[in-house]
Amino acid sequence: MSFERIPILTMGEFLLVTIQGEMHDTLATTLQRELTARVATQGARGVLLDISGLSMVDSFMGRMVSTIASITRMMDAETVVVGMQPAVAITLVEMGLTLPGVLTAMNVERGMELLRGRLGFAREDSNDYGESERDAIDF
Amino acid sequence: MTTVSRNETLSISEEIDVVMARNKVRLFAKEAGLGLVDETKLITAASELTRNMLLYANGGTISIEHVSVAETAGVRIRFEDCGPGIVDLALAMTDGYSSNNGLGLGLPGARRLVDEFQINTKKGEGTVIVVTKWKR
Ligand SMILES: Nc1ncnc2c1ncn2[C@@H]1O[C@H](COP(=O)(O)OP(=O)(O)O)[C@@H](O)[C@H]1O
Ligand SMILES: [Mg+2]
Repeated sequence: MSFERIPILTMGEFLLVTIQGEMHDTLATTLQRELTARVATQGARGVLLDISGLSMVDSFMGRMVSTIASITRMMDAETVVVGMQPAVAITLVEMGLTLPGVLTAMNVERGMELLRGRLGFAREDSNDYGESERDAIDF
Repeated sequence: MTTVSRNETLSISEEIDVVMARNKVRLFAKEAGLGLVDETKLITAASELTRNMLLYANGGTISIEHVSVAETAGVRIRFEDCGPGIVDLALAMTDGYSSNNGLGLGLPGARRLVDEFQINTKKGEGTVIVVTKWKR
């Protein structure tokens, strides 16, 4: 159990974390630490936290997600939570845990679009905007 | 009259037991025929209350029962610890209150997630919380 890890994949300027199975507290804390370290060393601009494999999220995990989002934002990276199951969303809202300030998307692809869009706006300011595929997205 | 047709007792003493408790509650919820949303709510409430036992009372005991009244089935979970008790219960039940730098949503959130919520606590003796979720 103690060697258990959640893999963090690099996808261009983003990091993808797929959380699956049972999440316990030590694992959640380790992830928080490793992820923020990776954002710092790789200069990642965004983090995709795929929780589609989680059948429940309690306040400890909710707090972990909010903390990751706050820390990455301080380090100039956005965190998007992707794939939250409907029953999990309903439960979180009823608990009063609404994850303020955390971006969400239906799936990894949409999450990447969201991140690219936000980065795109940031780059437009610095005149360095070069992503044309964004215009071709079909809504 | 409420009938108890099956029950199981778990001893909670370390973090991994929270996962075990959630899995057991999931089994009971499925057996009782709870829908996915209600199952998720009950497991989440159980996760919060089990974690509280560990954090604030050094662990305790959980018993999970399959209950039924007339034609309605449900799951009842009893969380019992011999910890310090909750000194100011009204405060502890308030959204956002935490003595531990937590989100303070465990107790009030768990209460909202279940159909019945009873709490008994005594300073220096411990805390007993009983929650029930009925099949709709
Ligand atoms: N089993 C318990 N024994 C003693 N104190 C408890 C117990 N459960 C909860 N508490 C107290 O109630 C407070 C609120 O609990 P909760 O709503 O779960 O929020 P959090 O765990 O985030 O602090 C805790 O901070 C703690 O002081
Ligand atoms: Mg708590």
